Parts: sequence; structure tokens; C-alpha cells
Amino acid sequence: MYRYVWRRLPGSTPFRLLIALLLAAAVAAALWYVVFPWLAPRLPLE
Amino acid sequence: MRTALRAIGEIGVAAGLVVLLFYAYLLWGTGSYTERTQRVLQRGLTRELGWRHTDGPGRIRLGHALALLRIPRLGASYRYAIVEGVGSAELRKGPGHYPGTALPGQIGNFVISGHRTTYGAPFNRIDELRRGDAIVVEASDARYTYQVVRTEIVRPDDLDVTDPVPGRPAQRPTLALMTMTTCHPKFSAGQRLVVQSELVRREERHD
Repeated sequence: MYRYVWRRLPGSTPFRLLIALLLAAAVAAALWYVVFPWLAPRLPLE
Repeated sequence: MRTALRAIGEIGVAAGLVVLLFYAYLLWGTGSYTERTQRVLQRGLTRELGWRHTDGPGRIRLGHALALLRIPRLGASYRYAIVEGVGSAELRKGPGHYPGTALPGQIGNFVISGHRTTYGAPFNRIDELRRGDAIVVEASDARYTYQVVRTEIVRPDDLDVTDPVPGRPAQRPTLALMTMTTCHPKFSAGQRLVVQSELVRREERHD
């Protein structure tokens, strides 16, 4: 999975690293600001 | 085979990271909703408290603010708008007042409940309260000061701490009490931490 994404990224290694980090940050932000706020009230916590 | 195993492993790692991130969100992210809501509620309360009511707050709709809570022991900046209701939607906004229990300053038991962790964790540090500590409730008719009389840990189904006379369901109250409840220990719902206090002062609002 990670290997597949890595191969699909264009450019040199440092550039790929940057893109990969940006991708990871985008996924984390989507989870934090969209998915989790929707999910948290629906779970039987506290 | 190897590819399949690797894929399963990688998905496992990703899922683990997502779960970790979710826990981080519960601890720190949920507070931003509470902070935002509290800002609005407190602004509304301050405006409302500017008027002088003599008849007390009366009936308050669920989720609406009814008083401002201050606890000097927990810092000068500790202030929360208490909302009406103790459902999960209300407790996400801040400490909630059990509907049907006494209102601030009234004879009986003014019972409020709040999150120990997550959603701003308003009652995170109420275990630090000691006998004699002041708890100030700014209601629309007056400022009420309560003094902590005792702290105890009970089972979640020990509801008699919310009775008008705690532990004596049939008895008619003669004192104005306040009871704060929250989860105990932290990050668990196994027990309840209860802080009981008694009204010691009432100051009319002069504004």
C-alpha cells in the first residue's frame, strides 16, 4: 500500500517525501476536522 | 501470499494510527467545540445577568445556560456556563444541571454534572477541592457562594447523592446544597466523584 503510493509519486526522492508528508497531513486533517467530530458523539463514550 | 500479508500488515498499521489519532482527538480536539460553545453561552449570560431578575431563572430550556460557575481554587480564569440538562448533547457544551433538582440558591440540592476528560473537561480537577473551598454560582437573581463540605466516590448507580437531602429520599430539605458529579477515575466511567457543598452566602446583584 505505502509502496504503491510511493511508486506513483512523481519527482525526486526529497520531492516525493514532501508530497507524501502533505498527503498524510491532509488525511489526518480530514479525520480530525470532519470524520472524528461526526463520529465522537455517536460512540458510547463517558 | 507475501503481498497479501504485507497488505494486511500495512492496513493494520494505518488502522492503529487512526485509532491513536482518534484518542488524541477525544482528549484535545473535543475541547474546541466546548470552548466555542462556552464563549457564546458566557457572552449571552453576561448580557442576561446585566438585567435584574428577582424571581430567579425559572424554567430553562435544555441546552440553555442558566448560571456561571466559578471555582477560585481552580484558578481565577476558571469559569463555565452551566447548561440545563445532563444528556450527552448538553454535557458537550459544559457542566449540566439535572432538570428537576433545585436551582442555584434554592432550598434542596442543586445538582450539576460535568465531563472529567474530553469536551473541555470542566470537572477534571474537582478532586482537588477541599472542605471549605468556595464555589461561586452567578445566577440571574444573585451571586451564591457555596462551601465544600465533603468529597466522596460512589458507584454510578448511587443516585441518592442527587436527592434533595442526599441519602434520605423521603426527607424534606431545609438546607440549600449543591452537588457536583463527574466520572472517576479519570478516563473511566467505573465510579463517580461527588463534591457536596452548602450555601453560605447570597449577594444580590447590584447592576
